[in-house]
Amino acid sequence: MKLSDRINKIILYAIIIVGGLLTIIPFLWMFVLSTHTTAEIFRFPPPLLPGTHIIDNFQNLLKAMPFFTSLWNSIFVSTVHTALVLLFCSMAGYAFAMYNFPGRNFLFSACLATMMIPWMAGIVPWFMLMKWFGWIDSFLALIVPNVANAFGIFWMRQYISSNVPYELLDASRIDGCPEWQIFFRVVAPVLKPAISALGIMTFVRSWNNFMVPLIILKSPNKLTLPVALNKIYGDPTRGYDLGVLLMGTTLAVLPMLIVFVLSARKFMDGMTAGAVKG
Amino acid sequence: MNTVQTSKKIGYNTKLSFKERLKNLMKEINRNRVAYIYISPFYILFLLFGAFPIIYAFFISFNQWDGLDKMRFIGLENYGRLLSDPTFWKSVYNTLYIGIIAHVPMLLGALILAFVINSGVIRFKDVFRTIYFLPVVTSSVAVSIVFLTIFGVRAGLVNYVLKIIGLTPIDWWGGFGFWVKPAIIILFIWKWLGWNMVIYLAGLQGIPRELYESADIDGASMPKIFMHITLPLLKPVILFTLINSTIGALTIFDEPYMMVGTIGGTNLSGLTLMVYLYREAFEYVHFGYASSIAYVISIFIVLISVINIRFFGKKNT
Repeated sequence: MKLSDRINKIILYAIIIVGGLLTIIPFLWMFVLSTHTTAEIFRFPPPLLPGTHIIDNFQNLLKAMPFFTSLWNSIFVSTVHTALVLLFCSMAGYAFAMYNFPGRNFLFSACLATMMIPWMAGIVPWFMLMKWFGWIDSFLALIVPNVANAFGIFWMRQYISSNVPYELLDASRIDGCPEWQIFFRVVAPVLKPAISALGIMTFVRSWNNFMVPLIILKSPNKLTLPVALNKIYGDPTRGYDLGVLLMGTTLAVLPMLIVFVLSARKFMDGMTAGAVKG
Repeated sequence: MNTVQTSKKIGYNTKLSFKERLKNLMKEINRNRVAYIYISPFYILFLLFGAFPIIYAFFISFNQWDGLDKMRFIGLENYGRLLSDPTFWKSVYNTLYIGIIAHVPMLLGALILAFVINSGVIRFKDVFRTIYFLPVVTSSVAVSIVFLTIFGVRAGLVNYVLKIIGLTPIDWWGGFGFWVKPAIIILFIWKWLGWNMVIYLAGLQGIPRELYESADIDGASMPKIFMHITLPLLKPVILFTLINSTIGALTIFDEPYMMVGTIGGTNLSGLTLMVYLYREAFEYVHFGYASSIAYVISIFIVLISVINIRFFGKKNT
């Protein structure tokens, strides 16, 4: 190996490792603080190693917020929302990819154009609409409105048009499969890679969504995790129990981190596959 | 392929009368009814939850309304008030400041990291990819709380490190409010760098490896390869991330809301457009005024997207 190659290698490793450390330190800091009392956190120098208050902080967290209720709300909303997004987006993507119906190009362009429209322009009437529907303080407001989105349709169409042959459709028609069942019986099973990437993206966005639940959800036992965290953070009557607050953030973040680390490879492969073909 | 031929026959055969063509069209529509049913949810939901609110908001923005009483038409008064509202201009300034300053290090950092990971020199690529993507999947509410403690004045992590290396600690949230925006910017970069990196990685895989190899044989150094091969070939992808994250930066809400609240921090230094919109709409219930703010933000977004496309997308499409 040439000297310049070796220097290159050292520089590249230095860049990637320093960047990696900067990325991971806030997580470690969060874990460490969640095991300390507020007094310990405010001491100087700050604690850099795990403390002994992990159980106390957890018990106090349960007193401060209905943690498991919020966790369940988050799981429920994100799962139902993601499942519906996957269903509607892949159905529409399939129709755009495999059928040549009158008005297809216009409708598809119109669909893509909606990506350029900034949704927050209509935030006030959107809120009023939710009020009229009686969806304030209801999960429906978080699940339904964005259930078929242009990005998802585009994503699925790209994948389907380059991975599903027309012959597959013709063959199942000859076998007597009713037209509307072809998608569910024959096409849906082969969409796994595209569905898993879109599914993870949608789930993450739904799980972390903050502004909409902040506007919509009111009662304490209806809150999703981000709004529940905001509530204990912003509640002046409880004072400022940092250790408990950080225990809450740790527990709110942990499920997402675990799910992602387990599915990271599939997700990355799906992402890159979609992008290359797109 | 059958369908393509039939539809061509209909579309281009001008000898048929109007009535026959209409009949054929109806037949074609009927034959593809499954497709129409499959795409209909999107259009129905979009009309109801997307188009209707946006159009109605335009109407509301010419009125004074608290959502309960009757609307009072006041013409352009909301927009006039907006133009002379110092808080609004302050939030425009803050949002642009955060958006512009954050982008250069974020996109450049993401590009360099993607280049390094893709260079073939690094082992454990998957591990690094995953680590850099972790902030993206993390709730911004949670990380805002974590960064508030990192930027703690007395016992924060950053000030601790500064003290160790002999520098003066930073008064992040006080003073004239100068450090509020850098704190938000650092959080924004930390959160979204990995997202852009993964998009660049996907783009880099489209560049044939032979290009790098031949450049290497010609004796081009790493920085040269980066400047002359990677950057120009990735231009369309860079444009995509630029538009995407410009919209993200213009609509930044969670981080400033959590870090300085709707009051906006010292000297309103952390008040962004979306936080101001939220405050006017859902705390003060000035629906008309809020709608005019919302419209101005949207016009900003469309304008900046167009400028981005014009400016950065010139030579490639």
